[in-house]
Amino acid sequence: MGALTELISGFATALTPTNLLYAFIGVLLGTAIGVLPGIGPAMTIALLLPITYGIDDPVPAFIMFAGIYYGGMYGGSTTSILLNTPGESASVVTAIEGNKMAKRGRAAQALATAAIGSFVAGTIGTLLVALLAPAVVRLAVQLGAPDLFAIMVLAFVAVTSVLGSSRVRGFASLLLGLTIGLIGIDGVTGQQRLTYGIPQLADGIDVVVVAVGLFAVGEALWVAAHLRRNAAGVIPTGRARMGREDWGRSWKPWLRGTAVGFPFGAVPAGGAELPTFLSYVMEKRLAKRPEEFGHGAIEGVAGPEATNNASAAGGLVPLLTLGLPTTATAAVLLAAFEQYGIQPGPLLLENEPELVWGLLASLFIGNAILLVLNLPLAPMWAKLLHIPRPYLYAGILFFASVGAYAVNASTVDLMVLYAIGLLGFAMRRFGLPVMPAVIGVILGPRAEVQMRRALQISDGEIGGLFNTPFALTVYAIIAILVLWPLADRFVLRRFRRPRHELHGSGPHALVELAEEIAEEDRPKATVPGGRSGAGPDTGGPSGEASKLSDDRHQRETP
Amino acid sequence: MGMRTWSRAAAAAAVLALGLAITACGTSADDKTSGADAGPITGLRVMVPNSPGSGYDTTARTATKALEDAKLARNVEVFNIAGAGGTVGLQRLVNEKSNEKLLMQMGLGVVGAVYTNKSQATLQETTPIARLIEESEAIVVPKGSPYNTLQDLVAAWKADPGKVPVGGASAPGGPDHLTPMLLAKAVGVAPKDVNYVSYDGGGELLAGILGKKVAFGATGVGEVAEQAKAGEVKILAVTSANRAAGVEAPTLKEQGIDLVFSNWRGIVASPGLSDAQKKAHVDLITKLHDSKEWKDALAAKGWTDAFAAGDEFATFLKSESDRVAGVLGELGLA
Repeated sequence: MGALTELISGFATALTPTNLLYAFIGVLLGTAIGVLPGIGPAMTIALLLPITYGIDDPVPAFIMFAGIYYGGMYGGSTTSILLNTPGESASVVTAIEGNKMAKRGRAAQALATAAIGSFVAGTIGTLLVALLAPAVVRLAVQLGAPDLFAIMVLAFVAVTSVLGSSRVRGFASLLLGLTIGLIGIDGVTGQQRLTYGIPQLADGIDVVVVAVGLFAVGEALWVAAHLRRNAAGVIPTGRARMGREDWGRSWKPWLRGTAVGFPFGAVPAGGAELPTFLSYVMEKRLAKRPEEFGHGAIEGVAGPEATNNASAAGGLVPLLTLGLPTTATAAVLLAAFEQYGIQPGPLLLENEPELVWGLLASLFIGNAILLVLNLPLAPMWAKLLHIPRPYLYAGILFFASVGAYAVNASTVDLMVLYAIGLLGFAMRRFGLPVMPAVIGVILGPRAEVQMRRALQISDGEIGGLFNTPFALTVYAIIAILVLWPLADRFVLRRFRRPRHELHGSGPHALVELAEEIAEEDRPKATVPGGRSGAGPDTGGPSGEASKLSDDRHQRETP
Repeated sequence: MGMRTWSRAAAAAAVLALGLAITACGTSADDKTSGADAGPITGLRVMVPNSPGSGYDTTARTATKALEDAKLARNVEVFNIAGAGGTVGLQRLVNEKSNEKLLMQMGLGVVGAVYTNKSQATLQETTPIARLIEESEAIVVPKGSPYNTLQDLVAAWKADPGKVPVGGASAPGGPDHLTPMLLAKAVGVAPKDVNYVSYDGGGELLAGILGKKVAFGATGVGEVAEQAKAGEVKILAVTSANRAAGVEAPTLKEQGIDLVFSNWRGIVASPGLSDAQKKAHVDLITKLHDSKEWKDALAAKGWTDAFAAGDEFATFLKSESDRVAGVLGELGLA
């Protein structure tokens, strides 16, 4: 309870008209810079930080800073949803369903659920920081490499649910991603892998570049290749606001996303990519209409967006209580603290309580201003998609190219982007889903680092991977997840009523495949102008199902 | 070694390919200020071979701000060319031969990265201007560690290096990696037997130390000073020649180990500058060092002044390169 009164007194210092103006300017600048290609939140903050140097008093500076931070994060999600070009690794997963929603004319709802979800998660997350930080951090620091590796294994098991209808194609895509993830200098031995002597490849290929290449560039090429046959349609206009059903489908993912993201943020090396992916998979499993995933399910935006904000809030736990910056953004925040002579660390809360509570209150305010500013803007952003398709995709290509080039002013980065874009095109041509590849790039290097670290610490003994209770618990969960369907199939089935053999997993796979084809070939056709995404997949796809028996590869629109 | 020898043909081609983007500002509109020693210098560009928010970036931006506030220079542009431990930026600098308006922020990390990345461009080709600051490395153990003194730690380390993993926040070739390797050499452990666990940044490393995942850590004093004050970790030794301010830990020398080593940051310029051009840069940075603005910035950031300009820095850079090459060579990385 003491923490709550402290927090309220933090609001007392933070809530003044001038400070609100600072928050407003911060959110505006953050969003404006955050939507620029190639600029993620960490860089947005690094670029805008000098503006706050002019402010002598730390509290308004922090408030503006919080505004920039949330604005930058949201800016990254905006491009993810509208243009399929994620601005940062934490919003890569958002692009998957978010962009599909946008193409069905539900961009405004996607942006709204992202904004509200971020607000909900940010608010709960900040509250958790205020109340639980010292307790959480003790637990978080105890988690080491074996524990993180166990979570990675869990994530790999979860990958199977995004492989799509064809397991072979799904695994091929995953392996492509894992291979791309290998590129760069090996952090343990310092040896170069798959860099072919190109120094720009030594740090590996950023997951954002991979995602933008596979999602945006690949798709632009695919659309361009089909434009002549498939006359460019304008993306339909949907309702401007979230309907009742959207709310009903969003609030649980927001809360679940918060629950997943916060602990990952608090764990050093947890990051935001893994929890956003796990949130996506979880929402897909729990959704009433899992078949809608891959075609713009609002849960697939609400969950991951809440997750990445909660993870950012969780990142404050080690930063404020131990002085550990666990993300790039936290490291920039640390630099901001130092500007005011504040040393985050175990003694920060004792030495500077009013600043810490002021900062937490600032985060609330920044979060609220973001919502106020961006909710009305969401329908306006969505209008961007009314640009005729050739121009829209030309714009996306330009946007993606500028982003890849701007970060380092390097032509090599641009070549890498286009090479991955061509790969994305080829994957579409041959029916490989792109998501497993992106997941491979995210998971592969992280899993490798944690596994090798665990084995290094145990000096090569394999037991080093299983020597913690947490890791064992996770492996037990994995065992249950993997063995349950087998047990279900071979043991439990005998005791049940016999079922029709053909109704195994076949029809579901067929329908999913059919939907995929229908979606890719004529996205406009499948979308009824209805009030929400409730209906589109019920009628059309079953009609399409007969077609795919002809030839999976013959995808030309009749 | 042959891989790093400079090929003029390759350089010319690379200049054509890469140089287009960054020539515009450097060459225009500077004629009126040339020779006039009095006014502030304009059109200077400082390259950071690292991403925004990194240590090099902060140093470059702080120095630039001090240069401008002290009216020594106007409109200095800081830009980032990140990649491969700084060697992508280094290559760019070397390609920009005789560009008198281009400086590069660098430090010990780039020295190591030249070897581990097998970089074609080397620091020997650049024009060394000045070393600005340094930070001692700390040998640190968590609270409740079985190693209460450096002697305890070294004894256990010598007995079985594999069972005494050391964590650092740099990739191989970086300061936190070089520290335990050089320390190992100094106390008689073969560097290749050192079990070095590389963490991604100071935060992760600190978690590894506090969670007792590694037996000890080697990292910048600044990363652990607050933790040491709070009693969460114990600093067994600092690697600098003198004790670090605000840290109650003896130096390695005081404890009978013959090793002095610090992480440092400095500035180099393009290759092929005339003596006058080089002198102009050295004078500028010397004036920066003497300015009140820079002294204030050092105090605000908690940085240790380690100024060494021109030839003194060049000699230092050479000896650091040789030392780093030696230990990385033993590890098969150079």
